Amino acid sequence: MIRVENLVKRYGNIVASNNLNCHFEKGKVTVILGGSGSGKSTLLRQLTGLEQADSGAVYFDGVNLTGLSKKKLYVLRKKMGMLFQGSALFNYLNIFENIAFPLREHTKIADNIIKTIVTMKLEMVGLRGTENLMPSQLSGGMMKRVGLARAIVMDPKIIFYDEPTSGLDPISTGVIDKLIRDLNKTLNITTVVVSHDIESCFRIADNIIILFYGDIIASGTAQEIRNSKDPRVKQFINGDPEGPIPFTRTSKNYLDEILID
Amino acid sequence: MSFKIKSNEKENIGIIKVDGEVDMFSSPNLRDKLLPLFEKGVKGVIVDLSGVSFMDSSGIATLVEGLQWSKKDNKQFVLTGLGANVLNALALTKLDSVFNIQANANDAYKTLLNI
Repeated sequence: MIRVENLVKRYGNIVASNNLNCHFEKGKVTVILGGSGSGKSTLLRQLTGLEQADSGAVYFDGVNLTGLSKKKLYVLRKKMGMLFQGSALFNYLNIFENIAFPLREHTKIADNIIKTIVTMKLEMVGLRGTENLMPSQLSGGMMKRVGLARAIVMDPKIIFYDEPTSGLDPISTGVIDKLIRDLNKTLNITTVVVSHDIESCFRIADNIIILFYGDIIASGTAQEIRNSKDPRVKQFINGDPEGPIPFTRTSKNYLDEILID
Repeated sequence: MSFKIKSNEKENIGIIKVDGEVDMFSSPNLRDKLLPLFEKGVKGVIVDLSGVSFMDSSGIATLVEGLQWSKKDNKQFVLTGLGANVLNALALTKLDSVFNIQANANDAYKTLLNI
């Protein structure tokens, strides 16, 4: 479905994607794990064509996204759904209009048909009856579910989730995890999740990619990652403060920085 | 696969034959064929989906609208020739039980003739 080849992205001296090679299998849930600043979100933005790589390629169904015109990307994005970290609902639109938005933007579907589609999607996320509410009247977990209904409203082939459970209580997290898994299974949607939530990751993932400062330090099935002997992987999934993954990012000596003018 | 749609009417029964993929961009064509039949007041409409390889939510929603029109005017609305992919799409949206589904268009036509 998506193949990444020799992907490089730099911001000044920071290498966010350091010659990445990976594959996102059709119909599977792949979780990109990594700490803050590991390059997860940069990779996600490149997978969706929101950001261009310095070099390398991202193939979506065989089409290279890098260097593609905005017009062609716009057409391709109709096949993609995205759940943003903060849900990114339009505060001035009610729930119905938030979910209907992509249909009104991309298609010429009649209002009656849009109404039925929105009702079907709200049923899938368990929120029928909230159509006339405003986003400010919903909890964080409900907002994510509305965001999810909007992400699937165009029947995407692939859906991207950016930190879908961050800031949610354990029950809401469980609900979102179940929805991700159910939608993947029933709609057969290829699923890419960016996360640093280990428990959630192991609940939903078929495959896992672990990033560390722009490098892929491990990739494999959830079981392979769980059984990994790599100390960096073990430190990450156990959440150990001490280990080969340093707490600070800079390689500059602390005392040198303090004492040298 | 390209989308094709044909509509004809015999003995006050409308028959719509759909081929290819019914998606967000082709489903308005299905609606455009359904609406005039109901507006004309035919006693029933058969939608032959035997040539449909894929149907998305907009296709399902269009069929739902056809069903709504038929119920409003107390007319017949029959779907025929559903492949596994269309049946799955209906089941997924929990709508498989609300439609009158028949195996093939000819049998459905004969049944409607006698109503």
